[in-house]
Amino acid sequence: MRRINFARIAVNVVLAAALPLAAGAQQMESHIGNLTGHSDAGRQLYFRYCWGCHGPHGNGMGENEPWVTPQPRNFVAAVFKCRSTPTGTLPLDSDLFNTLKRGFNFTNMPSWAALTDQNRADLVAFIKTFSPRWKSEKPGDPIQIPPEPTLTIGSIKHGQELFQKLECWKCHGQEGRGDGPSASTLTDSNDQPIRPYDFTSDNRSKCGRTNQDLYKIFMTGVDGTPMPSFADVVKPEDAWDLVHFLRTLQYNNPSPELTMWEGTPEGKAIVAAKRVKQTYTGSGVKP
Amino acid sequence: MDVRGTGVVGGRFRLGTTLLGSIALLVVLLFSCSSASALPAFARKYGMPCSSCHEAWPKLSPFGQQFKDNGYQMGNDRDAPIFQNPSYWPVTFRITPQWHRESTNKAQVDGVDGVGADEAKVTTHGFDWSGLDFHTAGTLANNISFYVLPSSDNTGAFHFESVWARLDNIAGSSWLNVKFGKFELDNLLSEKRILTLTNVGGFYENYHFQPMVAPGVPEASYSFGIGDNQVGIEWMGHSKDDRTRVSASLLSSNDGTPGLPTSRGYDGFFAASQAFQLGSLGLQRVGGFAYIGEAPTYFQYTLNGTGIPGTGIGNKGFQRYGLIGMWYIKKFDITTMYFHGKDDATLATTLALTGAPPTPPTGAHSPTWNGALFESHYNFNPQLILINRYEMVRMSQQVFSTNPGNLGNVDTLTFGVRYYPFISSRAGFAYHGEYAISRIRGASPVTLTDLVSSSLLAGIDFDF
Ligand code: HEC
Ligand code: HEC
Repeated sequence: MRRINFARIAVNVVLAAALPLAAGAQQMESHIGNLTGHSDAGRQLYFRYCWGCHGPHGNGMGENEPWVTPQPRNFVAAVFKCRSTPTGTLPLDSDLFNTLKRGFNFTNMPSWAALTDQNRADLVAFIKTFSPRWKSEKPGDPIQIPPEPTLTIGSIKHGQELFQKLECWKCHGQEGRGDGPSASTLTDSNDQPIRPYDFTSDNRSKCGRTNQDLYKIFMTGVDGTPMPSFADVVKPEDAWDLVHFLRTLQYNNPSPELTMWEGTPEGKAIVAAKRVKQTYTGSGVKP
Repeated sequence: MDVRGTGVVGGRFRLGTTLLGSIALLVVLLFSCSSASALPAFARKYGMPCSSCHEAWPKLSPFGQQFKDNGYQMGNDRDAPIFQNPSYWPVTFRITPQWHRESTNKAQVDGVDGVGADEAKVTTHGFDWSGLDFHTAGTLANNISFYVLPSSDNTGAFHFESVWARLDNIAGSSWLNVKFGKFELDNLLSEKRILTLTNVGGFYENYHFQPMVAPGVPEASYSFGIGDNQVGIEWMGHSKDDRTRVSASLLSSNDGTPGLPTSRGYDGFFAASQAFQLGSLGLQRVGGFAYIGEAPTYFQYTLNGTGIPGTGIGNKGFQRYGLIGMWYIKKFDITTMYFHGKDDATLATTLALTGAPPTPPTGAHSPTWNGALFESHYNFNPQLILINRYEMVRMSQQVFSTNPGNLGNVDTLTFGVRYYPFISSRAGFAYHGEYAISRIRGASPVTLTDLVSSSLLAGIDFDF
């Protein structure tokens, strides 16, 4: 044990303390409800939890990046998937805050629900120190979401038409399995192949699981991927119809929309045709 | 624990047989406790640094506790092994080469008064290594997790520390998880994740304390430790964010030993805790637990006078209760624990199981005691942690009124430091330094006076 080089240890300790300071030297705050996040506190958390994937410089090139698909987010580019703000704009602090709590299903980005609200607010503040965009731009104005109309068969059927007309199926497939004709050609902003969301797998899409979340997803787009924003082509009333139809594609997850759809002969036949009719016991996601 | 009593560090402490009970506990616990869980196998699977799940490995962070409670799953639908490269094998080993110095003020020695009739201060030191832990753990499928841990002492003699499978999130509810096999009790202050490693400071006194029957006479009819892994079935439930945690287990009352050696009795263990956020100070947690146990006092059948294994009857009760608080003030945290224990008088005074029901000696009381633990940490950053612990056990009722009132009382003080020169998603490495000293009242082997032992250790604790 005498051969331990204590001078070396001391240097390492100092370096370890200094390393976080090198990245994102400026101060930032985040505001979520009455919580205020501070980047100084966030930095310490970042260098405990996040750097392995997002990298010490926040550019998504952490040491695990070669083994992580899709790639960890590049905070320097500051292009975010889950926003309540229009495509191309910065998200609200609360969008990032909610993302941290939720995590990204089907990716390596875990849920950070076990941390405290204050921790997450601090992390949001720190993430913003990586990109000059947060200095020069303001987050977009959140999109207006009208109250959800009552669910009717008419609404679901209208949504079904929109799914055809807007060509969602080209990427997501007619059955919503993420296997449309264009699916295999799609790449994200890192030039990595990206698969359209498979509605049949789970109801937990990356940006949330409520009807409101679904509404936001196609009205703001998933920036950094080919999933566009449809805000310019879909009227708010129509958007809710589309939401109702999308729910019926998630046939492994009970919902009022699915129940109503299966209550009609047409809907029942469509859903029944999709289900696998043999006992199936895969170890992962439902077929 | 099957390693108990094998005298693995034998030769270092050459103590008389009379007091082996309480001292063997100290000596041997090092090995039962070495099996801490810090699994680079998980780090590799998820591409996360150790520091995500561990405040300082093997101690868990709230994120790591949630990951564990969720059945070693992140919950992002990448948990099933089908998502891993087929060559991934969920294995981690851990071992600690070390230099250590062990000292005891009153070891039993031959002397002027006869064979084994004297006491002397014995100190030894040298290079050594710990036992080996060979963890394999993870998921077998979505929501089915497992843990198998063959663990050896430093001679290479293996035993099974953990052997279990768990059904997680039954019916989609985080409140329904069922574990089956041999596992660590749902201890918030986990002895398997203890940050200290020495013979004296490498376990929690309060988790293993058993009173002395009389001066020079340890309890002998049963052995038990809340810190020992037990065998049985556990239901555990938690809120999604893990702030609320509850569990109840039904266990074989044999302290986790294999092969149904004693009785057909069962024990129960119950734990509950609640965490809450206190401004920017951090996540605080308070909780309590109870172990309601029983152990046999004689054999139903004997053969040639020897009890037939597994036929112990005449079960008598023992109980352990505790309250725990884990308090965070930014980088400083302190765990406080209050502990209360009680053993049945017959159980305490039965020194060996025979074929007939024992009668406790007249004047024998059910021993009771209280304990406290204060363990504080200063976590400079994920790479450096300072550790301090003070534990005490105080008898409140001796078995016999003729016993000195403080017989068996324990005080232990431990200081430690762990420095992790790198933190990666592949392997763990820590420089470990520690000093621990303990005093047990009236426990020296010959003069029955205070026994003071200390350990000093410097080592490299690593796992991969
Ligand atoms: C194991 C790897 C990993 C770790 C650790 C990790 N992330 Fe991520 N994170 C990812 C990946 C991968 C993505 C991108 C997922 C995608 O694009 O679908 C991501 C995306 C994000 C996003 C983008 C959200 C959006 O709307 O686009 C944010 C913000 C984020 N992470 C924050 C964090 C923070 C803060 C931490 C630490 C507390 C953290 N991440 C830890 C892998 C990780
Ligand atoms: C050009 C191809 C393309 C078209 C057209 C398209 N999508 Fe997508 N969509 C994608 C891709 C790729 C993703 C996956 C993004 C990701 O995982 O980061 C996606 C993801 C989604 C998601 C899940 C987002 C999440 O949070 O995980 C929803 C919901 C969705 N699309 C709905 C629609 C709807 C509704 C339409 C038609 C109005 C549509 N998409 C049209 C490519 C497309």
